[in-house]
Amino acid sequence: MSLIKFTKDHEWIRVEGDIGTVGITNHAQHALGDIVFVDLPEIGCEVTQGTDAAVVESVKAASEVYAPVDGEVTAVNDALTEEPARVNTDPLGEGWFFRLRLTNPAQLDQLLDHDAYQSYLEGLA
Amino acid sequence: MTTTSGHRGLEMEEPLIFELDSPGQSGVDLPLPPTTYTRLGRVAPRDSLGLPGLTEPQVVRHYTRLSQKNYSIDAGFYPLGSCTMKHNTRLGEKLARLPGFADLHPLQPISTVQGALALIDALAGWLKALTGMAAVAMTPAAGAHGEMCGMMAIRAAHDHRGGPPRLRVLVPESAHGTNPATAAALGFTVETIPATAEGRVDVAVLKAKLGPDVAALMLTNPNTCGLFERDILTISQAVHEAGAFLYCDGANFNAIVGRVRPADLGVDAMHINLHKTFSTPHGGGGPGSGPVVFSQALAPFVPLPLILHDDDGLRLAETRDEDEGTALAYGRMKAFHGQVGVFVRALAYTLSHGADGLYQASGDAVLSANYLLARLKGAFNAPFTGPCMHEALFDDRSLKGTGVTTLDIAKALIDEGFHPMTVYFPLVVHGAMLIEPTESETKATLDQFIATMLALADRAKAGDAAWFQSAPRLTPRRRLDETAAARKPILRWKPNA
Amino acid sequence: MRYLPLTEADRRAMLAEIGVASVTDLYVDAPAAALLPGPVPNLPNHQGELEVERALAALAAKNMPAGYGPCFLGAGAYRHHVPATVDHLIQRGEFLTSYTPYQPEISQGTLQSLFEFQTQVALLTGLDVANASMYDGATACAEAVMMANRITRRQRAVLAGNLHPHYQDTTATLARFTGFEVVIGAPDPRGRETLLDSIDDSTSCVVVQNPDVFGHVHDLTPLAAACRAKGALLVVVVTEIMSLGLLTPPGAMGADIVAGEGQSLGNPLSFGGPHLGLFATREKYLRQMPGRLVGQTVDADGRRGWVLTLSTREQHIRREKATSNICTNSGLCALAFTIHLSLLGETGFMGLARLNHAKAVQLAGKLGAVDGVRVLNDSFFNEFTVRLPRRASKLVNKLAKRGILGGVPVVRLFPDADGLSDLLLVACTECTTEADMDALCRALAELL
Repeated sequence: MSLIKFTKDHEWIRVEGDIGTVGITNHAQHALGDIVFVDLPEIGCEVTQGTDAAVVESVKAASEVYAPVDGEVTAVNDALTEEPARVNTDPLGEGWFFRLRLTNPAQLDQLLDHDAYQSYLEGLA
Repeated sequence: MTTTSGHRGLEMEEPLIFELDSPGQSGVDLPLPPTTYTRLGRVAPRDSLGLPGLTEPQVVRHYTRLSQKNYSIDAGFYPLGSCTMKHNTRLGEKLARLPGFADLHPLQPISTVQGALALIDALAGWLKALTGMAAVAMTPAAGAHGEMCGMMAIRAAHDHRGGPPRLRVLVPESAHGTNPATAAALGFTVETIPATAEGRVDVAVLKAKLGPDVAALMLTNPNTCGLFERDILTISQAVHEAGAFLYCDGANFNAIVGRVRPADLGVDAMHINLHKTFSTPHGGGGPGSGPVVFSQALAPFVPLPLILHDDDGLRLAETRDEDEGTALAYGRMKAFHGQVGVFVRALAYTLSHGADGLYQASGDAVLSANYLLARLKGAFNAPFTGPCMHEALFDDRSLKGTGVTTLDIAKALIDEGFHPMTVYFPLVVHGAMLIEPTESETKATLDQFIATMLALADRAKAGDAAWFQSAPRLTPRRRLDETAAARKPILRWKPNA
Repeated sequence: MRYLPLTEADRRAMLAEIGVASVTDLYVDAPAAALLPGPVPNLPNHQGELEVERALAALAAKNMPAGYGPCFLGAGAYRHHVPATVDHLIQRGEFLTSYTPYQPEISQGTLQSLFEFQTQVALLTGLDVANASMYDGATACAEAVMMANRITRRQRAVLAGNLHPHYQDTTATLARFTGFEVVIGAPDPRGRETLLDSIDDSTSCVVVQNPDVFGHVHDLTPLAAACRAKGALLVVVVTEIMSLGLLTPPGAMGADIVAGEGQSLGNPLSFGGPHLGLFATREKYLRQMPGRLVGQTVDADGRRGWVLTLSTREQHIRREKATSNICTNSGLCALAFTIHLSLLGETGFMGLARLNHAKAVQLAGKLGAVDGVRVLNDSFFNEFTVRLPRRASKLVNKLAKRGILGGVPVVRLFPDADGLSDLLLVACTECTTEADMDALCRALAELL
């Protein structure tokens, strides 16, 4: 059973064991519009919670994707380089950005669960 | 309607120059070289480049046809906010082409270019007089380059004073993107100052953020919301009391030129876009020119070269020299001595207007913008109250629920024969429409534009979103797929592509 | 005032509509103490076209145009013949008085010509992609170094001693204020500078000019290999773009970035500006490029068209994270370049390059035969260095009195370097006639 958590910056992280998969939420992809480019981190690099790990771009906007938790990048979704539109069509699935090995899993507790994220979004509207 | 040729009356379809190749042809007849002997060392001569061959009539027709696909100030109203698309005089074009200016090499003996140095000096004199400032650096090539120059001077002055490093630069959120980009490029940390509900700098936040590690405030005045920063004296005083400098983005100088001198507002450095306020042609994106005026405090910290007055005439100071008072000057911003061809045009404009004409021009620019504001604010929402400066700002609140966006209004204006206003800038209001009429328009043109905007507002409210979304329809191309362009960039022609 | 169309009646009607009594009332937000009651004092008032023309023509008349006599000046700005067609076309109001093509539907002319420009620059330099222009060669050079620093994440650039000193200085100025390191070699008039030993694991890039500032032509292949071995980029500066009609292009010799000056095609000398910065690189570095880019796409009806693209690199979107702060570039100068190069075409451009070189070969032969003059270069394109038996600056001033612009004294370029005072940089173009060459040689023979 995997656990999915959200950030207020509209990233999601799905955790299985000590590996987390990270992407941006449906709300984020909708706000950005057609995604044209994704800049992914290098495998093996260390990321810290709340700092830039990737960049996602539409025609008129560029947005940082922050690491939801600390970790070491173990995989990146190379398919996005050829087909960045996957972020639009399947943000929580095929549109994932990178995977990381969690070095501080306790940070997950600070993140929002599905319901809390939904009410956060409603608050924004 | 489709035609057999693909052309439509005066509107011609035109392929790329590379697709018009007739190999071996040329539009230039050259004499045969006097010798075939070469001295290229160990480098082989290349045998081909892949350029197309065309004769002169083909080239003339190609670029004439391309020109006809452009909107221009010469052809119509171009109220592109922040860009000051005013009339460009042909006198400037004529004078810049005099051989005594156009055919001068930058490294000729100084005795042979006294008139050119005098020209630079004369324009520099006008810029200092119109701003009340102590010094001016003439070499920056455009506004953003001038920002770089001004912020370098500020860094140099702080370094010279000593003390703890000042690495923070404050930038209002309504600023042009060049401001934070410039500050960041120079290694400063950029901190944003929010706008008040009145579209101006939040002085309380500014004061709270000022401190001994702040190098400068980069302020646009009049600001990008088209408003005069009415607390400017409080702002400059607070900045100076914190030991920082006030950098002014002079992009909107056209609103106040000849009426308000930035020196009297406490400005320490300001670039002047000659291609905006001083009418030099925008040329499809340049060349510009961005001289920077400096207060007494920053005057020693200017880039080289400088023009100095000697007993024998004018001279170029190209190196630092204690005796000449250039010991604190810093290095070059670019090769040679500035955008001299642009200076000729700017000086011709300035002499033509004179002090009285500039006073009238800025007044007319502000009057025209306020006239648009007054006539349009019933139909479009003006987010800020009170008179504006030389541009009128609206947001998209009045379009809410119509399905019509700011972009749609812009595209519909194109079909109506106008160049759209600046859209989605500044970022501090939603769906911004920034309209800068300049002083170059007749009242009849302004009235026609107003009537068009009012009709578009009515049409949007009547629920005709689909009509808007399919605009423009009357242009050489309709809306272009920018997403496809960015996803798979094609940035050059290739054979058989 | 001939440029201001509002009438007094218009102004009154507009003020009434706004509901204020005077224009001054619209400046209510300006501090009263700073608001001038009338025009700035002690400045002249408006003048007619005739008066302005007289005033500026009088200034122009105090200069000696380069074309009024034999001219041998180069060093980064070259006097070429620009066909009349170029100047006619760039003065079409649709090109001259439009701005950055933010609205592509009504800017296809500018966009398509810039797409042609990008293609031409890529072809000339032998690289994959080029941008829509920079301010000039020197600023393009500085931007190339910043870009190499970003790509390599290193902060130390090596600049050749034979890189044009204005380019060195422009880059060093930026380095001083942005905090990266530049290592600048000493000028070497014999062109034997080797940079191989100055590259190490901390080098972000090596910047080398070809032909170099003294005119020597270099095979850059070994340098490119040395850069690659250390993970540094090779930036090649070209100040005489005409040379690329004859020489192996930098891209084919291993350059990663070419920063060039494009003035030679289509643009007048104009006492040093506006000129035209060229910037090209390899496709893999595309997203680190500064400046505007035009890309091909289709419109709503499926027809081919052009737009500004990859704008997320730029300041108006990325703000403090932009690759450069550049906004306005050298649009009209780029158009002049494109039209001139289109007129020349493949055979014309290559023929013109050969003609320039042949003229320089001829001049080198003639100058070498003048007593006391020694040509230092074994190789050159259209410019080379000569050693004189006396100070070059004085000689150049004497030549100017005889109506000859005899060349650029090397000390004018390197005022702080020692031992260069007897060196003169001499350039030829297609404009140089045999009579010009003979006039220079005769004058030298008399003055030396």
